[in-house]
Amino acid sequence: MDRAVSRRCGIRRFIAPLMIAGFLIVVCPGAEAQASTGNAKNGKQIYASFGCYECHGREGQGSVLSGPRIGPHPIQFSAFVKYIRQPKGQMPPYTDKVVSEVELADIYAFLQSLPPPPDPKKIPLLNPDSGAKKSK
Amino acid sequence: MAKSKTSSVGRRNFLKTAAAGSVATLIAGAQPSIHSRSAAPIMSKAAETGNPASVEVLTTDRPGSDFMIDVFKSLGLEYICANPGSSFRGLQESVVNYGGNKAPEFITCCHEESAVGMAHGYAKIEGKPLGVFAHSTVGLQHAAMAIFNAYCDRVPVYIVLGNTIDATMRRPGVEWDHSVQDAAAMVRDYVKWDDLPISLPHFAESAVRAYKIAMTPPMMPVLLVSDAELQENPVADNAGLRIPKLTLATPPQGDSGAVAEAARLLVAAENPVIVADRAARTPAGMAHLIELAETLQAPVIDQAARLNFPTRHPLNHSQRGREVIAEADVILGLELTDFWGVVTSFRDQLQRSSRFIAADGVKLISMTAGDLYMKGNYQDIQRYPEVDLAIAADAEATLPSLIEAVKRLINEDRKRTFQGRGSKLASAQQDAFEQTRTDAIYGWDANPISTARLSAELWAQIKDKDWSLVSDVAPGMSNWPLRLWEFDKHYQFIGGAGGYGVGYGAPAAVGAALANRKHGRLSVNIQCDGDLMYAPGVLWTAAHHHIPLLNIMHNNRAYHQEVMHLQRMANRHNRGIKRAGIGTTISDPNIDFAKLAQSMGVHGEGPISDPKDLAPAIRRAIEVVERGEPALVDVVTQPR
Repeated sequence: MDRAVSRRCGIRRFIAPLMIAGFLIVVCPGAEAQASTGNAKNGKQIYASFGCYECHGREGQGSVLSGPRIGPHPIQFSAFVKYIRQPKGQMPPYTDKVVSEVELADIYAFLQSLPPPPDPKKIPLLNPDSGAKKSK
Repeated sequence: MAKSKTSSVGRRNFLKTAAAGSVATLIAGAQPSIHSRSAAPIMSKAAETGNPASVEVLTTDRPGSDFMIDVFKSLGLEYICANPGSSFRGLQESVVNYGGNKAPEFITCCHEESAVGMAHGYAKIEGKPLGVFAHSTVGLQHAAMAIFNAYCDRVPVYIVLGNTIDATMRRPGVEWDHSVQDAAAMVRDYVKWDDLPISLPHFAESAVRAYKIAMTPPMMPVLLVSDAELQENPVADNAGLRIPKLTLATPPQGDSGAVAEAARLLVAAENPVIVADRAARTPAGMAHLIELAETLQAPVIDQAARLNFPTRHPLNHSQRGREVIAEADVILGLELTDFWGVVTSFRDQLQRSSRFIAADGVKLISMTAGDLYMKGNYQDIQRYPEVDLAIAADAEATLPSLIEAVKRLINEDRKRTFQGRGSKLASAQQDAFEQTRTDAIYGWDANPISTARLSAELWAQIKDKDWSLVSDVAPGMSNWPLRLWEFDKHYQFIGGAGGYGVGYGAPAAVGAALANRKHGRLSVNIQCDGDLMYAPGVLWTAAHHHIPLLNIMHNNRAYHQEVMHLQRMANRHNRGIKRAGIGTTISDPNIDFAKLAQSMGVHGEGPISDPKDLAPAIRRAIEVVERGEPALVDVVTQPR
């Protein structure tokens, strides 16, 4: 549950996506991801223990109201690190005192290892017809 | 003592008699045994056979509280939600006996915050208040948080507070703790009006006035203090009581010149945008907004404190907020509490900063009844919006005249321009919806269940029914229902708490379900775990009063927003981020919400963390709800 909707910022439903837009440079599925030498298994553990999932979801799927999708297919590693150290949006900066370069590489490897999502066209629940209602 | 003995009738003398009886009992038993101390007092022979003093009147067939119930009936209060308390015992007895426990019917609540929360949810469905009885000092303090939510959410709640004004009439002990000089002072900062009537005619006038004030936009809670003596003493034969006629005030409409200027700006604009928050008070408000948007072919951003606009309408661009705001040359804000936030981004870093995100030269038009009534202590007023035209008026009531003014100004040239704009907007909206579907697939099979998957599974089970979502969907649910489902009826969504006070969700859902019951709607509540734990007894109220409600737990086992705040602080202070769960999570042990529900007579299933198990459980729960009872499915979810 959420104790309050951004009590300090007063972020409203529609404005939240605006805020998140600052994060969007992190997510770029089409970008060529840099091969990572990190340990994906360790990265998965760090991703959970550091609480990355709190904003970005356990599968990196993100949320329009907390943090964007970051996996699979993360942006290039250098850009990934740069944004984490010096974010431009609402995300707090994570210095190397908090998370090391090695740990970031592991997290990155975990994000790269996430399986591709299913095809939305093959999910009946997301079929446009599923949104049609019978008249009452 | 101002009053003579002969006028001291009813409650006070009953108390004296009872006290005397107790004394007599003690005297009669010279050596009270353990048994006699633990047994009920035995009436003395003198008390049984003696006559009361000739001046004493021990009973009455017509207490003041009966008249008060007549007043409430005249106002059309369907229900009284309350946790019982002695300061309104006269009223409660009159509700259940004199009034026949029908319109109003007494709804037993386990907490005053639940009672007011129920009233809050009920009003957003039914468009009118139900009554809440609260018990003097303690009851009103319990109710305070929920009253604040309703105040911020511009919702009418009709609160009647029991209190014993005359100090000489209070029972020794507890009644002194439960009496207060100026009861309403506790909540005066966030009720619209309060009064302390000292006679029954005064009560009648104030009761009708309170209802009228609560129902005049901006709608808000009102508080009427009902003196216990006034409730319990007999109505004098020659009282000549009457109930004043209720005539609701017409909602304040915008100044005609200002409306004409707004129309001129909107028609001349190349990229007008409409932002609505609490604009549609009723279904008519939604229809007016559709007409205005279609007439202008202007995009609408629904901030969804109410359902202002159909989610699948081609002009609904709520998911494209930043884009349309950045391109706008005129923005019309309808019943916004935070217009500043619409055009400004705020960055919560060590150095806080804000940035204007709308285009240079954009014209801002506000239309809100909030400009007509504002208080200073509680800061729900948000930042000061620097608008170009401020129409102090109720938006729903003003929209018809604005629509007419707009139509008068549209020539064929503008009509062609609008049509072209509409086509582009429809295409962009469709693209945004397709993107939403694509976004939903990430984490589709995750365990715990993603909020997108939960929303899609739930939608599949309810979409062919007459449903009403009686809970908020932001931020916990990442707005997925508003993004994936098709909302096109005003009652299908009621928005959030208003004041962001946790503990609103469960009671508001039960209250809204109570309102939906007579309409035969399927009420659906996506219920956050921490919110339910504030006052879970409202589940019992739903079971006890057979209020059909489908509760789907969004159980992320944390006060999630606070986890993120703690992470932010730990990060800012360079202290590591592994301990953000301390004090912010609801685990170890995990709460078994299914058993919690079952313990209160509610059908309960779960916990469910595998998405494949979700649909069958929801179907079973819906069967229970369609039989007229509440049900709960505990779903373990992703954080958001």
